[in-house]
Parts: sequence; structure tokens; C-alpha cells
Amino acid sequence: MLYREAGDFKTSYQADSQTFPIAFDRWRYWAVLVIAFCVVPFFVNAYWANAILVPFLIYAIAAIGLNILTGYCGQVSLGTGGFMAVGAYACYKLMTSFPDVSIVIHIILAGGITAAVGAAFGLPSLRIKGFYLAVATLAAQFFLVWMFNKVSWFYNYSASGQINAPERFVAGIAVTGPNTAPWAQYMICLVFLTICALIARNLTRGTIGRSWMAIRDMDIAAEIIGVNPLKAKLTAFAVSSFFIGISGALFFAVYLGAVEVGEAFGIQKSFLVLFMIIIGGLGSLFGSFAGAAFLVLLPVALKVIGVDLLGWPTDLVAHLQLVIVGALIMFFLIKEPHGLAQLWRLAKEKLRLWPFPY
Amino acid sequence: MDGAAPYVTADGRQIGGVLMDMRGITLRFGGVEAIKNISFDIREGEIRAIIGPNGAGKSSMLNVISGFYHPQDGEVWFRGEKRKPMKPYQVARLGIARTFQNIALFEGMSVLDNIMTGRLTHMKTGLLAQAIWKGRAEAEEVANREIVEKVIDFLEIQAIRKTPVGRLPYGLKKRVELARALAAEPKLLLLDEPMAGMNVEEKEDMSRFILDVNDEFGTTIALIEHDMGVVMDLSDRVVVMDYGRKIGDGTPDEVRNNQEVIDAYLGVAHD
Repeated sequence: MLYREAGDFKTSYQADSQTFPIAFDRWRYWAVLVIAFCVVPFFVNAYWANAILVPFLIYAIAAIGLNILTGYCGQVSLGTGGFMAVGAYACYKLMTSFPDVSIVIHIILAGGITAAVGAAFGLPSLRIKGFYLAVATLAAQFFLVWMFNKVSWFYNYSASGQINAPERFVAGIAVTGPNTAPWAQYMICLVFLTICALIARNLTRGTIGRSWMAIRDMDIAAEIIGVNPLKAKLTAFAVSSFFIGISGALFFAVYLGAVEVGEAFGIQKSFLVLFMIIIGGLGSLFGSFAGAAFLVLLPVALKVIGVDLLGWPTDLVAHLQLVIVGALIMFFLIKEPHGLAQLWRLAKEKLRLWPFPY
Repeated sequence: MDGAAPYVTADGRQIGGVLMDMRGITLRFGGVEAIKNISFDIREGEIRAIIGPNGAGKSSMLNVISGFYHPQDGEVWFRGEKRKPMKPYQVARLGIARTFQNIALFEGMSVLDNIMTGRLTHMKTGLLAQAIWKGRAEAEEVANREIVEKVIDFLEIQAIRKTPVGRLPYGLKKRVELARALAAEPKLLLLDEPMAGMNVEEKEDMSRFILDVNDEFGTTIALIEHDMGVVMDLSDRVVVMDYGRKIGDGTPDEVRNNQEVIDAYLGVAHD
């Protein structure tokens, strides 16, 4: 009964185009923010942070990034893993070269470097579309991983070929390195996710977002009303890569701490993030969150059910998980190509009229 | 009625000087000559129709104007300046908007977003300002929204402004497409078969909108249309094309009585 537009009159265009047009949604949004910032940090333990919350936050940033490129601008990319690696290695090089500068600045700069690399690899998108572009970005994925393996300057000539995050502090609290408290890991990721999501929302609702969507829906018509396809596609690649670079930097520095590029940022990562936005919903920010939550939670949930409750062997559950994820992706592509976000939208439409649908 | 002097139409509208001048346009696709050495002009404030049988090269002509095709020969003059070969989005920035024969709307976006996209050439805030949103980007959005709302009012599509375009019926889609072109406040509006596939009432609505646009905003309109009744009623001057050649040019009455035009439409007896 709370979920109503009735009586909530919009008197300005600002109010009419706000993110959450229904009052109940606005309250829920602030409630989620308050809980995430003021409640969860006090209760988070190492297991929750490592298994669920931190990967969810980081993958949500990556999913937002890929969703801008694929969901909003319609350019399919399989290079997410490679771009995350760029963010991670940029962050590592910055951390080790300028140890006195704040890690926050390093992470943002890593995003900026990734944006430049992403825009460069986005150049082929001006000539090729669809599957062919996917293959071109796949080349970026393999090339970047190969480069970070091959050129030892990127991992500071370490014998193992790994990169390790040195300990860094924000306001006197360790956020990277072995002595990081779980809540500190959680908080830095949460802050970055919140800011990234706000930026993504602002960009997608304005002129740039509309020109991306115009390119996605019909590029000829977009051009005729004044969208410069070069600019629109390259900004999509750059902004998308900026977010993906930040997520890669956080994934390396805050979450894993030590990274071997082929293992952490291989082609599986590209597919994982792509599955997130497909299952979550292309062209929807909520979908990025939903997809990331779904694919982070699913393995944990399956493990809890299979190993802890039913007592099945771990390897069986691990294999079952692959089968179930695959089946779910097929299910979603057939039943609801617009993903969880669309289910959510339908539920909200029903809820608006509930309990008197006529 | 030739010559560049301004004149006043029978119903009292002021027609200005030459807005767009096509001089000796020739367009070839491989060995096929789609347009053969055609010249005509479009005057400020007039409704100019381009007619002709199927395959005459009318749409190709619009595509030349809007920058999709680059003619092998000939010059395009716009507002007294010779236009360099341009990409379509640059043409849009000159103030030329158009609609398509087959509707070319952005199906995944709402009606409002579609029409707002039409304002794109007027929106200037950069990436950073938009990322921050509060301040310049929001102010610009609201200012442009006001203009878009005027267009929405004008075309009587208030009720569907938040509806995704994919869900609309054909007639309304055509109207939304016109709205998107109008939102750009174009100096020259190109309409490629605005009434194709419409029933009589929808055609009447659309004709009224076209006349109103021309009347209230003073927008110059060039349109392609197959419905001769509509063309003869709406337009001030008509260009007739056949097989890529220009066979007639003048007021509807002049064109109607042109023997070559009658032959092209009705066929010539061979004996």
C-alpha cells in the first residue's frame, strides 16, 4: 500500500526526472545506504567480507562498467578481464613508484589509465560491430594478459611473476596488505562503488547516456540527429574502462593482495562479468548490482546447501555449480532476456496496483 | 516563380530567399546513375515537395542533403555557403533534421528520451559536468526539457511521454519521430514519406501538424510523399523526379499540367 505514485505530485522537471520517482523507493534507497555505511561495518567478519561482500562490491563496479559499454552503448566486449588487469597493474606500478601518494589517488589514476587503454582498444568499434567487435576485444584480453606476463617491468622484475600489494593506509587505517581489517576492506570498496554508481547514473540519464543508447538502438538515426559515433563509442569505452580499471585495482590491492595475471584476470573473468550483466539486465544499473550479487552469492549458497547441509563431497558441489550456472544463463536468455532487472520492473509495476489491479 | 526574390504565397505566408540550393547533383552507385544532374532550390519558409514514381531517386536526394551519400558531381549550398562533404552528424549541427521512410526511433528508450535526444545538438555540457550532474548539467537538462515539453504539447502526445517507443502503434511512432526532429528546432526539416502506411484520419492529423509546424515555427520543410492529394494541398512548390532526372519544378498547378509529368505517372502510349 506504500508503493504509490498517487498523491506524490511532481511540480518541477527535476522532480519528474529523478532516479526514484516513487517515494517508497527513495526511502528504501536511503535505508540501504544507511545500513551499508553505518550498520554493516560493525558486524562484518573476515568470512563475510572475503566470501561475499568485498567480491560483490568489486564485481558490481566491474558490472556497471561493462553495462555502460554493452548494455547502454551496445558494444559487446570480452576484454573485461584484460582491462581489470590494466587497472591492477597500473595501481601496482603507481603504488610502488610513488609510495607517499594516497592509495585512493592511485586507484583513481589506475582507472584513468585503463580508460585510455580501453579507448584505444575501442577504436575498432568504429568499423566493426557485434560478434566481430567481440572477437576484437577478445584479442585485447589475450594481448593484455600476455603483455603483463611477458614484460617484467610491469611486475617489477619479481622472480615469481606475481604482483603483491604493499601495505597502504587511508586516514591511518590499513586498507591493503596482510593486516587489513575486514571492515576496512569493505568500506573502501563500498565508497568506490557508491561514487561509481552515482557517476554512472548521472552519465546514463543525461545527454551522453542518451547518445550511447541512441547508438545502441539505431546508429544511423543517431547520426542523423547529431550523435558523433566516434565520440559516443569512444567515451563509452573510456568510461566503461574507467570503472573496470577501478574494480581491477581494488580486486588486486584490497581483495586478493597478490595476483598472477593469467589466473586472476583471465578470460573467465571477462565471461563472469558478462554473465553478470546478462543475468542482471543489460542497460540497467540495478541489473549490474543484481547480477553481481547473484553470481557471487550462488556459489556460496550452493556450497552451504551442498556441503554443509547435505554433506556432499566438495568437488561434486563445485562441478554442480558449473552446471547450475550454465543452466541458469540459458534459462534467463530464453525466459527473460532483460534479466533480473526486468523481473524487478515487472514486480514493481504489479506492486503499484496491488491489491486492486483494476 | 523563379528567381531569388522573396514572395508571398496565396495564403499570405512570407517566403524568403534561397535556404538550400542543389546545383547539378549527380550521384552514382557503381554504374547506376541514381541522380542525374539535378538542380533545385528550397526557399526559406516554404513547403517543398519532391515527388516521383518509385525508384526515381527521391530518397537518394534526401540522403545527399543529410550527408549519407556524397554526390560525385555537383554542389550543395546551404544558407549562402557551399557545403563541404560532411558526415550526417555534422549536417545535423547545421540545423537540418529529418525523419525516415521506415521509422528510425530508438526502440529501447521512452518517448521523452527519444525527443530529448533530438535536442542533442543544443546541449553543450562536458563529461565531467554531467558526471557531477548537480549544477550545469541539471540546469541544461531542465532548460531543454521545457522546449521538448512544448513540442510534446504541440504534437499532442502528452499521454505517452513515458511510454517505451517499442510499445507504440505505427501512427504514433511517426508522430514521435516528427517530434524528435522538431525538438532540434531545425532550419530545414526533411520528411521522407511522413504519411506512408497511414489511414485517412492519421494522414489528416499529420498534414495538419506539418502545416502548423510551417506556420507557427516558420520551419522550412522538404517532403517526399506519394499521396498526390496531400502533396498538391500542402506544398508551395514541387520538384518531380523520374529515373534520376528532374522532369518538373514549380507550383502544384504548374506541375499538374506538365505533360512530361503526366507521362511519367500515367505512362505514354507507344504505337
